[in-house]
Amino acid sequence: MSENDKYRIKQLSIFSENRPNRLGAVAKVLKEGKINILGFSIAEGAGYGVIRVLVDRPDIARDLLIKDGFVVKFTEVLAIQMQDTPGGLFDLTDQMKDINIEYGYGYRNPPYAVLIVRVEEIEQGISSLLAGGLRLLDNVTFH
Amino acid sequence: MSYWNPVEVMPVPELKALQLKQLKMLVYKLYTFSPFYRQKMKEAGVTPEDIQELDDVRKLPFMTKKDLRDGYPDKLFLASPREVVRYHASSGTTGKPTIVGYTQNDIENWSESVARGLVSAGVGTDDVLQVCYTYGLFSGGLGLHYGAEKVGAAVVPASTGNTERQIDLVRDLDVTVIAATPSYLLHMGEVAAKMGVDIRKDTKLRLGILGAEPWSERMRDRIFERLGIKAIDIYGTSELSGPLWCECSEQNGIHVWGDITLVEVLDPETDEPVPPGGKGELVVTMLLKEALPIVRYRTGDITTVSEEVCACGRTHPRIGRIQGRVDDMIIIRGINVFPSQVEYSLMQHPEVGNEFQIVVDRKGALDSLLVKVELRPEAFGDRVFELDAIKDRLTHKLRDALNVGVSVEIVEPGSLPRFEGKAKRVVDRRVF
Repeated sequence: MSENDKYRIKQLSIFSENRPNRLGAVAKVLKEGKINILGFSIAEGAGYGVIRVLVDRPDIARDLLIKDGFVVKFTEVLAIQMQDTPGGLFDLTDQMKDINIEYGYGYRNPPYAVLIVRVEEIEQGISSLLAGGLRLLDNVTFH
Repeated sequence: MSYWNPVEVMPVPELKALQLKQLKMLVYKLYTFSPFYRQKMKEAGVTPEDIQELDDVRKLPFMTKKDLRDGYPDKLFLASPREVVRYHASSGTTGKPTIVGYTQNDIENWSESVARGLVSAGVGTDDVLQVCYTYGLFSGGLGLHYGAEKVGAAVVPASTGNTERQIDLVRDLDVTVIAATPSYLLHMGEVAAKMGVDIRKDTKLRLGILGAEPWSERMRDRIFERLGIKAIDIYGTSELSGPLWCECSEQNGIHVWGDITLVEVLDPETDEPVPPGGKGELVVTMLLKEALPIVRYRTGDITTVSEEVCACGRTHPRIGRIQGRVDDMIIIRGINVFPSQVEYSLMQHPEVGNEFQIVVDRKGALDSLLVKVELRPEAFGDRVFELDAIKDRLTHKLRDALNVGVSVEIVEPGSLPRFEGKAKRVVDRRVF
């Protein structure tokens, strides 16, 4: 265990084929399991998509989804705190120049905003983001 | 009425006597010289002496696609390699194709069959015939080509693809006869219209020699209404040589040349001949083939047979339009596709499961093939580009294996229908 492991956040990645209301089916499972969604995005591929969700109880959510027939994987992502003011993202990117980001999505959580990213090398990513003076959210914030 | 060969109007009793003589010679030759056939005949308890009348053909064992597959590439050949002058290949039911070899006589008899058919449909030396079947391992292109050259027509070996250029050739070379799949001909009509070419007014096309895929009287009517082209049904498969027989200008059944071929139409359940006019599986014996002999080959095609003399005067049996398949083979753009080929290809890709579904559809005039496969949970890893890569790999693999354009859809595990007993893998949405 490394000190920095607390910054690794469990994201649910769900495979979804192009069928009407697959998102609804995912949302229904989470609702029935009383799982709260904290962050969310959909990526589109050729005839299918990947639904990415941050939830309060990822292990339970994963089991429920798999039980309902979904293909689900945990993916480790990082949550970077941003200023909720103009230039908030820019201040971040300046410190992230050397990190290879696979994808990201953001949400607003007053008084600040949050950028969720998947980076290629997570251990290295954490060190270099911290070294750049950025604030990473601890996974207890989510789970 | 003119004939290519006087044998076409030979009185029926003489024709049957000729067939019996040919059959006896074939069986004797195979029993004497072919280890494969001798073994098969021994297993069936039949010797050449048992063939005393035409119906005795039913004592002979069947041949299936599986025999040809197991004999890959040339284990079933009777001719020596130095006698073989050509090879074609047809799609196998699994990874390997079926190889068909031809001696010089095989090519000659094949061309003769096609030539007779073309003449019966009204093709002659004044015609310009454009072949829009693929030239290459597929036997369609060269089969039509040799037959048409034999009757003295001018051949335009256009093969497939580049529809605009095909239409330019039809117009500029005064093409009168076109050999194509019926769906491709309709597609050409649509493309021609977009190019501002009116097939009826701007070209001399009058006759279509159409086959290599299932079609219907409805399509025949549509082709005549839209393009003014008289549509002739042609039949053949690579195992038998290639395209072999077609309708005469009466358009009332496909003449099968009895001096070259013996056909049976059997109830696939009982293997007994169907009553006159009844539907059954077409079983073919090629009486003269040398390189790859074909005895009681189960084509899997469902049709009818008539022994009545045709209004055109030809005395040889006629088979009806192909009405379906005994197995689950599908024919798309002239290419035979077996679900087992898809299964075989998918087995080599651990990223997807073994369940699959083939959806055949017709967009405009052309057929499309879609294969749906289930993603294996272990292969999923959050990244979209990885999924796209799996899809690309599968698409290429299937395209190579099937020799036909195919698109792939990756679906969630468990989402495809499951079957108890025989799986129904094909959803055919085409209306012929």
